[in-house]
Amino acid sequence: MSAAHSHGPAVAEPTSFEFSAENLEHAKRIIAKYPEGRQQSAVMPLLDLAQRQCGGWLPKVAIDYVAHFLSMAPIRALEVASFYTMYNLKPVGKHFVQVCTTTPCWLRGSDEVLHACEKKLGIKAGQTTPDGQFTVIEVECLGACVNAPMMQIGDDFYEDLTAETTEKVLDALARGEKPTVGPQNGRIRSCPAGGPTTLTQSALAAGVKPQN
Amino acid sequence: MLRDEDRIFTNLYGFESPFLDGAKVRGDWSGTKEILDLGREKIIELVKESGLRGRGGAGFSTGMKWSFMPKTSNGPVYLVVNADEGEPGTCKDREIMRHDPHKLIEGCLIAGFAIGATATYIYIRGEFYYEAANVQRAIDEAYASGLIGKNACGSGYDHDVYLHLGAGAYICGEETALIESIEGKKGQPRNKPPFPAMAGLYSRPTTVNNVESIAVVPTILRRGASWFAGLGRPKNSGTKLFCISGHVNQPATVEEEMGIPLKELIEKHCGGVRGGWDNLLAIIPGGSSVPLLPKEICDTVLMDFDSLREVRSGLGTAAVIVMDKSTDIVRAIARLSKFYMHESCGQCTPCREGTGWMWRVMERLVKGNARVEEIDMLLDVTKQVEGHTICALGDAAAWPIQGLMRHFRPEVERRILEYRTHAERGARVAAE
Repeated sequence: MSAAHSHGPAVAEPTSFEFSAENLEHAKRIIAKYPEGRQQSAVMPLLDLAQRQCGGWLPKVAIDYVAHFLSMAPIRALEVASFYTMYNLKPVGKHFVQVCTTTPCWLRGSDEVLHACEKKLGIKAGQTTPDGQFTVIEVECLGACVNAPMMQIGDDFYEDLTAETTEKVLDALARGEKPTVGPQNGRIRSCPAGGPTTLTQSALAAGVKPQN
Repeated sequence: MLRDEDRIFTNLYGFESPFLDGAKVRGDWSGTKEILDLGREKIIELVKESGLRGRGGAGFSTGMKWSFMPKTSNGPVYLVVNADEGEPGTCKDREIMRHDPHKLIEGCLIAGFAIGATATYIYIRGEFYYEAANVQRAIDEAYASGLIGKNACGSGYDHDVYLHLGAGAYICGEETALIESIEGKKGQPRNKPPFPAMAGLYSRPTTVNNVESIAVVPTILRRGASWFAGLGRPKNSGTKLFCISGHVNQPATVEEEMGIPLKELIEKHCGGVRGGWDNLLAIIPGGSSVPLLPKEICDTVLMDFDSLREVRSGLGTAAVIVMDKSTDIVRAIARLSKFYMHESCGQCTPCREGTGWMWRVMERLVKGNARVEEIDMLLDVTKQVEGHTICALGDAAAWPIQGLMRHFRPEVERRILEYRTHAERGARVAAE
């Protein structure tokens, strides 16, 4: 599960880390979800908080900080950080583009989506643009298969993509805009593109025309 | 076709508010106290009577699973909801979480009560950031309205519901790996026994259920076990969320009656196969791990647990992956082999080594760069992986390949012959 961790621009490893005041409060609330003495359960959400605070990746000092925060051996926290693909152990670009290429997305053109990203940004999968704005990687199924092909950028899913709409999304991000999240072909979420075949009354009430 | 009035997920596409205001209009949280007043035994009995089988893939009786929990216990007991939806093709729980989260929360309360749980942990895959946000908002609303927490719904029963987000590991959809993950460890499955009902989360009695299994429970109990049992076929009852992806004109997630013919499901809701039904090559009917079915079986097969088992496949998560005749079927399956290699947790040698081995041979078979005998060697390896690992990931990696060879072996052999012919011709030209 390590393939996704080797990407990113050259950024110096920070020498110290601590939670911001806001994240400190958040971390305490997270720990309170788990029974007393089971604070290790909070390691995943706390690593996520630390990663967000560090701009999308986890320097070693942050992992050690979280381990110390939860009274865990640092190696136990590193073990978690290196096991799950969402933790980036190397820096990533400001826009972290993850293109799903598993079979359901591949059947509907994920090759074109990936090529569009590579062409537009002038980098290969696994690389970061020299300005540090974009990192592109290939990932496994992200669970939006009826809206294939799709990519996740940051927390956002962009779905029902073509090469053209992929480029549009990247262009908008490069301009500092926030593209509309979800399907890029005008359809409503996971509803059939031609309109719903079920739930007729609620569709009509919402101003959506059902099929037939 | 299932009538709209018999659908459970009436906000599947988010036409209405997902939150408490919308949920109450849809009938959620109505008479919940009266349901709890039935008592643990009665609720379990009714869920058994309804015929509900787990919606996460294995299809085990939900009521039966609940009945394995100890009748009395000193100390915490847990319900864990598996919302780590990650089986390629599957995206049904996502719709429940983002558009109907109160069905899930109410289900947690009722199921938690039935198994004697003190709290629920809902484990959502980390990539579902907005889905998790909607579920968290629904939890907050439910607490604020006294529906969960202390004296939930005025029943005298206390039940807490917490969210826990994953961080990108398919294996955490395996129930004991999921439990390890909540405990703050890497997600590697545990040896069983002990089963979670005896020693699960924090070594306490635990039941792990899929999102859809839990979210249908309140409606089943409100409308009656016989209503649910009356839909579908015997032992395959109720309604089901189907996610249809791949080469159909209109991919979609839709709730239908169990046992609906596969062809009808695709033609009624997805605008048919791209290029027409006769352009169909094969379908994976239940998520990436189940063996594919060639067109001639798809023509007539019914979408339920037992019908699909009869044709040596499975309903799995009811994620239907459609492939038309333009598909490179060997590459489609090879890509799944790569998925399983990537997601193997590395704990068991047959899976750690076998998934990589199987993928590398599959990649050669895509080109035909292999000997015909290697097909049998590959099948032999799938048999050595299958059943020889702690969890079912090894099996899941083996089955797609077995399905491919069962139905498309001539295509694989053709590629090998073609590759060899090209190579020989090339060698002759070079020699001349």
